[in-house]
Amino acid sequence: MAVSKVFPDAKAALEGVLKDGMTIMAGGFGLCGIPAALIEAIRDSGVKDLTIVSNNAGIDDVGLGILLQTRQVKKMISSYVGENATFAKQYLSGELEIEFNPQGTLAERIRAGGAGIPAFFTATGYGTQIAEGKETREFDGRHYVMERGLVADLSIVHAWKGDTEGNLVYRKTARNFNPVMATASKFTVAEVEHLVEPGEIDADHIITPGIFVKRLIKLDKVDKRIEQRTVQKRAA
Amino acid sequence: MPWTRDEMAARAAAELEDGFYVNLGIGIPTLVANHIPDDISIQLQSENGMLGMGPFPYEGEEDADLINAGKQTVTQIPTTSFFSSADSFAMIRGGHINISILGALQVAQNGDLANWMVPGKMVKGMGGAMDLVAGVPRVVVLMEHTAKGEPKILKECTLPLTGKGVVSLIITDLAVFEVDKNATPSLLLVDHAPDVSVEDIRKLTEAEFKIK
Repeated sequence: MAVSKVFPDAKAALEGVLKDGMTIMAGGFGLCGIPAALIEAIRDSGVKDLTIVSNNAGIDDVGLGILLQTRQVKKMISSYVGENATFAKQYLSGELEIEFNPQGTLAERIRAGGAGIPAFFTATGYGTQIAEGKETREFDGRHYVMERGLVADLSIVHAWKGDTEGNLVYRKTARNFNPVMATASKFTVAEVEHLVEPGEIDADHIITPGIFVKRLIKLDKVDKRIEQRTVQKRAA
Repeated sequence: MPWTRDEMAARAAAELEDGFYVNLGIGIPTLVANHIPDDISIQLQSENGMLGMGPFPYEGEEDADLINAGKQTVTQIPTTSFFSSADSFAMIRGGHINISILGALQVAQNGDLANWMVPGKMVKGMGGAMDLVAGVPRVVVLMEHTAKGEPKILKECTLPLTGKGVVSLIITDLAVFEVDKNATPSLLLVDHAPDVSVEDIRKLTEAEFKIK
């Protein structure tokens, strides 16, 4: 009997994977496409001194914010953390370390890490404090900064649909960092809103091939939060 | 009379050409979308992974999976595509986006831009700004001419930079400047608000500029 990638719940899917001091990549942009159930299971495990790679830090009581409230995070590698007051408090008191990466540099560092590329050159950040202490080089008359590929011990991602082989499809802008992060860790766990049998997803439409996914869970309920609800009035 | 925010946005919209792929920053730049001429086709890019961004949804039709880079709910249109953050920034850093319109804290006369942090204050992060200004060939700054009466267009930026020599055009509530790095001075005043004199602008601008 082949080993199944499908686990009953988030706790089971993270069993034996979590360690103090580990580096975890968490997908999502703001609260969109965040692996909320897996984050909750990480909180409940009590694992600490985590380095978290994620574009944002959630808000105070949602997403990665809940790991900050319990002081399980030692360091964040992010591009923007403006929406979280807990974050600001812990950062200003020196409890929490932050490494800001330009968003594109962060995405490319993860992409490179997943593809086995240890470093690359980018024009982003040249001449700014982001480039301080980094190697720079001129190519064809333009200046570039060397950035390192980024890998982690664990990636947690949220997908719209997955099959039992771990092939994943995302929905709209909930894709964001999830597919690149799925490639950049030794161990990737996915939570999916819909779990289907192999063949039910058109193979041409698969975004993350199952090779990148070690374990997955089907979410019983999905509670998606909207950070900035902006609407227009219907014409009368 | 200084230009209003909407007039500034309309002036920025005049920089758009048919077929352009455009990234709009948060704040006044967001208003540019309301001033795109009907006779040209523009695709708005949102760096969280969307090209072809529609307006805000009708009440009750918000979708938590469909937001822009400001985390606001938006809608998709027939031309929309979705992609990962890595693909999104390949578009930006690869020079495929025609124009980026964003806000600024300071701009220097050589085109240096500072818009991401103020030392001593809580730093929120640069988001995609450093990638946009480094990768997009035409960067338009849309901002108030002064902050609390102090000039924002300077000889040199005093705040940490977002990008070096990256700004092509500055639109404020008082004036429009082109930046030509090969000219001295590099700033060229090309337009100003009605009833605002060149002397008024000089008083509120630290940088040197010449007049078209």
